[in-house]
Parts: sequence; C-alpha cells; structure tokens
Amino acid sequence: MACDDRPLLSARGLTRYYGRILGCRDVSFDIWPGEVLGIVGESGSGKTTVLKCISARLEPSAGTVTYDTRTDGPVDIHRVSEPSRRLLMRTDWGFVHQDPRDGLRMAVSAGANIGERLMAVGARHYGQIRETATSWLGKVEMDTGRMDDLPRTFSGGMQQRLQIARNLVTAPRIVFMDEPTGGLDVSVQARLLDLLRGLVSDLGLAAVVVTHDLAVTRLLSHRLLVMRHGTVVETGLTDQVLDDPQHPYTQLLVSSVLHP
Amino acid sequence: MTRVSTVAPDGGYTFAYLDEQTKRMVRRAILKAVAIPGYQVPFASREMPLPFGWGTGGIQVTASIIGREDTLKVIDQGADDTVNAVSIRAFFARTAGVPTTTRTEDATIIQTRHRIPETPLRASQILVYQVPIPEPLRWLEPREAETRRMHALQEYGVMHVRLYEDIARYGHIATSYDYPVRVNGRYLMRPSPIPKFDNPKMDRSPALQLFGAGREKRIYAVPPHTEVRSLDFDDHPFEVQKWDQACALCGSTASFLDEIVTDNQGGRMFVCSDTDHCDARVLAGHVGSAAGDRDPGGA
Amino acid sequence: MTGALRIEGLEKSFVLHTQGGVHLPVLAGLDLEVEPGECVALHGPSGVGKSTVLRCVHGNYRADAGRILVRHREGIVNMVTAHPREILAVRRETVGHVSQFLRVIPRVSAADVVAETLRDRGADRESAADAARIILHRLNIPAELQQLAPATFSGGEKQRVNLARVLVARYPVLLLDEPTASLDRENREVVVDLIREAAGRGAAILGIFHDAAVRDAVATRVVAMDAGREAA
Repeated sequence: MACDDRPLLSARGLTRYYGRILGCRDVSFDIWPGEVLGIVGESGSGKTTVLKCISARLEPSAGTVTYDTRTDGPVDIHRVSEPSRRLLMRTDWGFVHQDPRDGLRMAVSAGANIGERLMAVGARHYGQIRETATSWLGKVEMDTGRMDDLPRTFSGGMQQRLQIARNLVTAPRIVFMDEPTGGLDVSVQARLLDLLRGLVSDLGLAAVVVTHDLAVTRLLSHRLLVMRHGTVVETGLTDQVLDDPQHPYTQLLVSSVLHP
Repeated sequence: MTRVSTVAPDGGYTFAYLDEQTKRMVRRAILKAVAIPGYQVPFASREMPLPFGWGTGGIQVTASIIGREDTLKVIDQGADDTVNAVSIRAFFARTAGVPTTTRTEDATIIQTRHRIPETPLRASQILVYQVPIPEPLRWLEPREAETRRMHALQEYGVMHVRLYEDIARYGHIATSYDYPVRVNGRYLMRPSPIPKFDNPKMDRSPALQLFGAGREKRIYAVPPHTEVRSLDFDDHPFEVQKWDQACALCGSTASFLDEIVTDNQGGRMFVCSDTDHCDARVLAGHVGSAAGDRDPGGA
Repeated sequence: MTGALRIEGLEKSFVLHTQGGVHLPVLAGLDLEVEPGECVALHGPSGVGKSTVLRCVHGNYRADAGRILVRHREGIVNMVTAHPREILAVRRETVGHVSQFLRVIPRVSAADVVAETLRDRGADRESAADAARIILHRLNIPAELQQLAPATFSGGEKQRVNLARVLVARYPVLLLDEPTASLDRENREVVVDLIREAAGRGAAILGIFHDAAVRDAVATRVVAMDAGREAA
C-alpha cells in the first residue's frame, strides 16, 4: 500500500493548558496504518488530554495534529472545516470511552446503536442495516438474540463490546480508546482484550489506547508512550520500554506492577 | 352550518391584540422563515392572554399576518367547535373584528391544532400551525447548541434511528403523528402533532404554511409549492393510516377518521375528524351507516 | 558483511534508578558474526550477559553502543538505531526469538499462539492452522492440549509451545535462549532435530545451550563469554 509510507496521524508539539494548569506539553509522535500505540502514565499525567487533542475532541493550545484522509490526503484536523471534521469522527474514526454510557445511546436498542453510524452516512435500507448490525454483534461475541434489547439490560462487559461494535461498523481506520477495560473485572477484561487484539489485527486498524494498566498495553500495543506531568518521558517498542525501561519514572512504573 | 359571521369588535384593543412593533418583529421572523424553508427562526414570543400550550405561537403568527379583509377559520383536531377553536375564533373576532368561518374554502387564514383540512388548500390561503415542540432532534439531543449544529451540518442520520427502533419493536414504523419530514431537501422539520395521514398534504401545497411555537419561541415555514418529504426506509416506505371503515355520517373513505364511543355498552363509530368536510359532504347528499345521528348544520 | 547477523562493539549496561542509580555494566564491546547455516553457541557463567545479547539482537533491549546488523529483505538493518516499525518488520520476517519464558495471553489457545506467527506473515487462516498443528504434534503437544490456552500448561509444555511459535516459520535468523532447559530427553531430541533442520536450510542460529549434550549436538561454533567480553 502506498499510504503505508506515511503516517496515518502525526502529532507535533501538542500542548494544552487548562487555564494555567498544564494538560500536556510538546507531545509529538506518529501513528502508521495498522499500528497500535499505547499511552501509559498515572492519573493526571496528561494521557487523556493527548487522546482528546488527537481525536479532535479538544483543541490544543499549540501544536498540530495531521491526519491522512482517504480522499484529500493529510489535513490538520484542528484547521479543517467542522463538517469534514465531524464526518471523519463518525466514519473514519472510532472512540471507545471507558464508561460505555458515554459512548452508547442508552435509550435505543443494541441494533440501533450499531446501525446509527450507518444511517448517519446515508444507509436507508432497514433490512441491510439490521443484517450488518447482526453480523457485528456476532463479531464482538454477543448473542444476536439481544439485538433489540436496551444497553442498560447488558452487563458492563457486554456494553463495552457493544460500544466497540458501534464504532467499528463504518470500518474506521483508527480507533481511540480511553481505558477500554477500565471498569471491568479481571476475567471480563481478559476476554475483551483478546477480542480487541483480534479485531485490531484482523481489520488492520490503527489504535491509540490510553491506559494505566501495563498488562493491557503489553497485550494490545506495538509501541508505547510513557507520560508524566504532561510530558512524554519515554517512547519505544512496547516490550522494549517494559523490559528495558530507561527513564527513572518508567522503571518505577514497571517495578510497581504486581505479578500474581 | 356556520357561514361567515361578523361580530362587533371590543374597543380599547390594538387591531388583533398585539402592538404594531411586536407584529413587525413577528413578520420579520416569518419572512426569514419563508426564505429558509423548514429553518426554525427564534422570535421574541409575547405573553398572551391564555397559557402556553393553548396555541400562543399560532395566535401570535395569526395576529401578525391578519388584515381587515381576511376571513379566519380555527380548527382543533379537525373540529371547529371545540373550546380551543371557539375561543381563538372569538378572540380574533373581538380584537380584530374580522369575519370568521368554519368553511375551509371561505377562509383566507386557517389556524390549526393537529390537523390539515381535508379540502385541498388554495394559493391564496395561509395555514397557521400551533406547535408545542419545534425541534425534531430534541428526543435524542437535549442540548440546543448541539441540535442547531446538527441542523447546520445536516447530521440527520440519528432521526432514522428512531424509525429503526419503531420497526425493530413493532414491525413497522409506528410513529403516527408529528412524523418527521425533510423540507426542500434541506431542513429536518417537525410538522407539529398532525397525523401522518396529513403529511402528504404538506408536499407542494399551493398554500403558505406557517408554524408558531409560543413557549419555545420559534417560527418556521413551508412556502407554497415546496417539497416536503416524510422520512422512511427503502424497504419500509412511508405510509399513511388506512381504515377498513367509512365515515358513519358521510360515508367518506378518503378522510381521517376519529373513533367515537357512543354509549356505555361499548358502542362506537368512526366519523370524519374534519367536521366541516363531513358536513359539506352530508349537505351534498352523501350518507354513511349512521346518517341522521348528527344534525348537519351545527354542533 | 557475509553473515546473516553481525554484531560490532556491542555495549550494554543497566542503570537501576529505583535502587539508588546502581550502574551494572554487562556487555563491553562484543563482536560476533553468524553465517547462514551456522549455529553459534554463547557459553559462559550465568549473569555474563548471554541472554542480553539475544535480547539486544531482537530489539528487546536497547544497546548503549555498537551495531547489530541483520540481513533483512534486500538490505541490512542496524537493530540499534532502527525505527520501531523496522524492528517489528525484522521480528516478523527475519529474526525469530525463543525466549526462556512463554508470555501467555489469556484465552488464546496453543494452536492459535503458534498459527499467529504465520498469520502475521500473511498466511491464510487454514494453512497457518495446519502448520501449527504439525509442529505442535512434532513437539509432542497432543491435539486436545493444542486447543487449550497454555496458561495451565506445565513448564515443559509451555516451552515447547514457545519453540513451536518460532520454529513454525522459517526465520533466516534464530535466537534460542535455553530452548531445552525444562524438557525431558525425548523432547530434547526432537528440538535438537528441529534446530539441525533449521541450520540445514540455511538459518543463522545464535543460541544459549546450558545442556552440554545439546550444545555438542547442534553448535557449529562455541563463543565463550566472560565478564562482558567474548574470547574465542
């Protein structure tokens, strides 16, 4: 693929202040098609700020985010017109929230939750929308018989899988995930991770996964960004950063993990 | 049957109750609404001598466009003789001194709550709708700033989510009134709680259609001969209600029917919701199965 | 460079910031070249940095100085300075690393762990599964065990899955870290055969073989390591 030669998304000098409080400072990185980037760090390290800035949910105070669009090539997502940005957000991108209630429409059925993005881009055939939704329920390992049930009747793990299906139905090229396994208990978490791993590699998705859980990031991400106090202190291949951490903070982080 | 009637106006009121500055303000909003079909124009809705929800938006629109040579008809759910219709008709008779009528073809302005007359409208007529909630996207997006942005960017896909839910739950699109439409291929619009039976009448109507929401302070319009499309799916096309009965009074099989309970034994009959239309048909000699039960010529 | 792998002046030390900044020098100028078809055994006391060499070659540890050149596709990649994406490509296509421990992934079966190596290299699901079945069978992992996640496997079984995961693909360069450590005699012989076969088809092998019998059976050359330096 020709587009493989250039990054799908590039952040350069991303800086964000909340008033006088620093969110993140001078963060730069590239993500290539099909690559999964993990961002780790403790609460308040700025990882979620970075995620919001690169997914156009938050305007950076300085710096640029360039995204290689299918039709127009690389664009600065904070400069491009709002309609194009919003179109990107609901077709080419996915966003998986830690709390599925932030990413789902709780008052409409699972099928409609999955079908919404299709209808938003003009699908007008009920039967086909439903067929696609059914197949996605299957792909995220949910009982297709629950198609017409409301998300609030689902367990946390099922809601999270529904949220993932809802995002992937338009075949996005990059998915942003904020602590995707955060609120789940360990066995559910493992299953979800396994599912995510499979989907990401089968679909050739690029992804940015923000997490404070190093085990999650070892399983999911190719590369890692370690953040502390709003800046990136270390970056590299995931196993390299975790097995041979260089920065004092990364060493502390890695040595603090409990291994059962 | 009520023909055109004229009452001597009460003294001491400005013509049609509203002061001239207010009427100008409302007219400016109406002009903008006509210029951008289906777009909700904010206006400074006034306190009226009746509560919000009783048609204050429609009354302000009517008050702003009515002239001394106009003839006014007011209907409520198709009937000319309910409290709301009678009161509003009396209101304009006393504050503007204009003639009022129950006959659709005699009226130049028809203010309506929840129906469009069965008699096709003409180019010289204006239909004024009373609107409780103007925003079609409100059910899924409570933030006004966000719904405005969705209108601006034509992000209307979510509206189909609602129709999808209908089909998933009931096997067909069960929404039967206030059925969402797309005006002139651009703005998504709530037609006010008219039955979807009336939606096709809005499409390319020669009459001007104005919508006033008093509590929500919005005015919108469908200019004459403008396309009004009801949303649907390719495999679940838009359909209007059908009855396997005819009107018990006039025998009509083409009008919107109300079911009426006639006694305590569960007796019921179906009659035209549009009383003027029904009366006119009876006068013209059409008969239904219960002909004679209602006295043609008045309530 | 004639070899498939060439190490020049490799230096590696560890600084333990969480333990008062202790500085641990491990490698101080290692030179080594491995030709295709060769099996070079690193030999020396434990703690001398044998595994560190393999991990540096695999890009798992970052070298402080020196070059690690790997013949990859049509060119040569220096693993010390390569971009992470390049390292991933080298790992996918050129350098296979059998680490001492299998990192298990919850819920993923032994068969899938092995097949994934081929799937990552572009094989279709079916042929990858077939190849996985064959190599696992050869390493005496019974069919019913192949469908289970290796989390509950014994040490020896895990190690054989780990071997299968790498040996299922024909990597031009193989790094073997104590591949027979916890195996019984029968399985040790299977592994010896597999290593010889790999060398026979031209793989350049760099390994650590604690077991003298295995080392004698597979190594074409032994490089002794002592206090961070190799001596021929």
